[in-house]
Amino acid sequence: MTAAEAPKPLTKKDLAADHPTWCPGCGDFAVLAAFFKVLEKLQIPHEKICTIAGIGCSSRFPYFVNSHGVHYIHGRALPFATGVSLARPDLHVFAFGGDGDGYSIGGNHLDHAARKNVNLTYVVMDNFVYGLTKKQTSPTSPRGFKSKTDPAGAVDQPINPMKKLVYGGASFVARTHATQVKHMMEVFERAILHPGFSVVEVLSECIVFYPGAFDDGNPRKGGVFERIEERKWDDSPEDAGRHDVTDENAAYRLATLQYPGKFGVFYETDHPTKNQLEQNWIDASRERAGNAPAAELLAARFASMK
Amino acid sequence: MTPQATSESADINSSPAPSAGTTELQNAVIRFAGNSQDGIQTIGGLLAKLAGRSAREVMTYMTIPSTISGGPSIFQVHLGSGEVLSAGDESDFLFAFYQHSYDSHIGSLRPGGICIYDTDNVETVDRELDALHVGVPITSTTVEALGGSARERGKNLFVLGLVTQIFKLDREKVVGLVARQFGRKGEDVLRNATLAFDAGYAYPVGDLLSLDYALEAGRGSGGDKVTTDGNTAMVLGLLAGGVRYGAAYPITPWSTIMEQLRAELPKYGGLFVQAEDELAAVSMALGFAYSGHTAVTGSAGPGISLKMEALSYATMAELPLVVVNVQRGGPSTGLPTSVEQSDLMQAIYGSHGDCPRIVLAPKNVADCFHIAVEACEAARRYSCPVFILTDMALASRIEAFDQPDLDRCLHEPAVDLAPRGGDFKPYPLDAETRHAPPGAPMAGGKYPVVTGLEHDEWGHPSANPAIHQRMTERRREKIKAYAATLPLPQIDGDASGEILLVGWGSTWGPIREAGERLRAKGRKVGSLHLRHLNPMPNGLEAVFAGYDHVIVVEMNDEGLYGHGQLATLLRARHCDPKIRSICKTDGLNYQVRDIVSRAEEAAGV
Repeated sequence: MTAAEAPKPLTKKDLAADHPTWCPGCGDFAVLAAFFKVLEKLQIPHEKICTIAGIGCSSRFPYFVNSHGVHYIHGRALPFATGVSLARPDLHVFAFGGDGDGYSIGGNHLDHAARKNVNLTYVVMDNFVYGLTKKQTSPTSPRGFKSKTDPAGAVDQPINPMKKLVYGGASFVARTHATQVKHMMEVFERAILHPGFSVVEVLSECIVFYPGAFDDGNPRKGGVFERIEERKWDDSPEDAGRHDVTDENAAYRLATLQYPGKFGVFYETDHPTKNQLEQNWIDASRERAGNAPAAELLAARFASMK
Repeated sequence: MTPQATSESADINSSPAPSAGTTELQNAVIRFAGNSQDGIQTIGGLLAKLAGRSAREVMTYMTIPSTISGGPSIFQVHLGSGEVLSAGDESDFLFAFYQHSYDSHIGSLRPGGICIYDTDNVETVDRELDALHVGVPITSTTVEALGGSARERGKNLFVLGLVTQIFKLDREKVVGLVARQFGRKGEDVLRNATLAFDAGYAYPVGDLLSLDYALEAGRGSGGDKVTTDGNTAMVLGLLAGGVRYGAAYPITPWSTIMEQLRAELPKYGGLFVQAEDELAAVSMALGFAYSGHTAVTGSAGPGISLKMEALSYATMAELPLVVVNVQRGGPSTGLPTSVEQSDLMQAIYGSHGDCPRIVLAPKNVADCFHIAVEACEAARRYSCPVFILTDMALASRIEAFDQPDLDRCLHEPAVDLAPRGGDFKPYPLDAETRHAPPGAPMAGGKYPVVTGLEHDEWGHPSANPAIHQRMTERRREKIKAYAATLPLPQIDGDASGEILLVGWGSTWGPIREAGERLRAKGRKVGSLHLRHLNPMPNGLEAVFAGYDHVIVVEMNDEGLYGHGQLATLLRARHCDPKIRSICKTDGLNYQVRDIVSRAEEAAGV
């Protein structure tokens, strides 16, 4: 394609692949729809979109997006995506998954992808239950939740994902609700445009194994969807009461709010990415090596061992 | 500073024979025994490098304590003017730094050998032994030479001076190597190293020895040899083979490979990442591979176990990946700094499901380079994981070898982002997988999914029985196609006869030398070394047919049915009852005499 030719705009139709195998009414449908709409808006070149997931209901995501995709193993989507992101700065890397994949079996990878500040966007569809394996306790299941592995009710304290993400050092941390499509789109767009490790926790209901889990955050079901009011830096008296997204302690305080809590961007900061820091080192190393081709570098190394 | 000499030299009646003139030694095995912080590896390494520059052959052997800091350690250098195939069963010279060094290693000295010990630290020596004991105040003379109180750190250089003097090594070359080694650490360090070396070189030890030695000039041809250890050779092979990205987690004895790749790859525009754990490491490496690069991960047994699920994915998803296993003693944490070859079955069968992949093993230090190049090519060509099974012995052993032909070995990697045609499929039923990395536009508008679920040609999940059958065949048949390209390994010695010795990995030298010794005894013996372990080359049965006994020499256990891991595979494939095993799991390299006697015993000759 020459520069003169205007590329065909990317549409939802281009992006849709197999019809999702999720149960009718699953919250994940809305997440997929919101993702398509944001991609349409941002017009990322089709071949540069890369979706990666582990194992679980929501981790089937790559099959439903017509893009370069990877369906990897349970819990390890983030390190795989880290490899893709570090090796290929030209791509837009997305990781998708659920609470079991991201907070349980892959919990340690989340902390490390966060502290490395790898440039990618991670969307967690949290439904507080293992759905694919048909109702076992998940790391976010509340105490007392009855499942096949906790017939008398869950006894372990659930993970607080927002605390984990803020503590882990993710440079963009947001929370949204699958029934609030407009809000989800706003948050996705900001996450995608954020340079660094951006995570969006989406409360996405499993209507088969945990119906009604998130009604408290859904006004149509009698709940309250309370948005985070972000500071506008307008020197108005009311602005002092708003949330400063760069304030880690304030983000942590938001994370401690009683369920259903607030929705929006908890934390957003401008840390250098691992991608950039490693590239700086590569550039400096190349320069110190006189930008020599591989053949010369190797020959010199052999000469030094004689 | 009176040298303390014992006077049993008159009792010595074994070779090397006393003579008025200089004794020319073809081979000398020198063992330095001290503690790990004494820098004996440094002087051993310098001697090895000197050998490479003098057209001599060399092989080293070292032990490292697995303690956090310090502990007894040895470095043995086998220098030879002809071919050196093993690190030496016994030493000709022992340098003992401490009483414990003396006590533990005097037994390794051959009868009539020479023991030089530090009189400042060794109080008791056994004068009944058939050995010449020479006491030298190594520590105090070094301290005196350096003029400080905390300067005993230079005693390794003092000993290097002694060695240079005793063996009449080329002083200028040694000084040059010392300058290169220590010069970059600053002027003071180099000055102290030189002072200590000079003190050792000038120390009047020659008068104490009844013998006058010199190492025979090397008989090798060509220019200076490359002198390095197996892990470094592996790093260079990976670089030459086109690896530009990798990820790993530290573990002994793999760590020195990842440390070097972390420092080297940025010079080549690439990157090596230290991951949070083994699972993340293999996953990142697969992310690099998926992105279109030749990528590597590696570990030792415990870490390889953790990577197995992801490696099964790599077979299913058909992603290329080089996986290095620097084997050590197992099971579990086992013996982290000892040698063993007990991960062969794991490399071939360690993942769940029918999971064919390629397994290679280098036979010596130079081959660590070549096998890495080969592994990279095979991974790209067959789009699958390729294991390299090296081991603790090769990792740290230093050998001198001719520089590989870089023009022939070098692969310049490039990510192929060309648009793929409308007929592109990631898993075509009628062809081998050729992935389109992300970033490649799809002319047909349909994008591929790379997956661990059984899948159709497009990478979409399918539990169709015919599809699973057909896809399993595809993954198997491409490995068989690779097998058809493999040459039969060369046979050393007799092409038929009484005994064929078969080995794999770091035992190549000792097995070959054992074959030579058996032939010297008049037996008809050949030896064969397998570098390709899965798949093996076709046609081995015809080779085996020429011998009365096929004896497989391995450093692993004979297992429940009496056969080592390679022997088990060979018996399964060839159904030949004359295939038998010599096994051991003492964490040490094979001694040549051990292989000779056990092969004779096994063959009943």
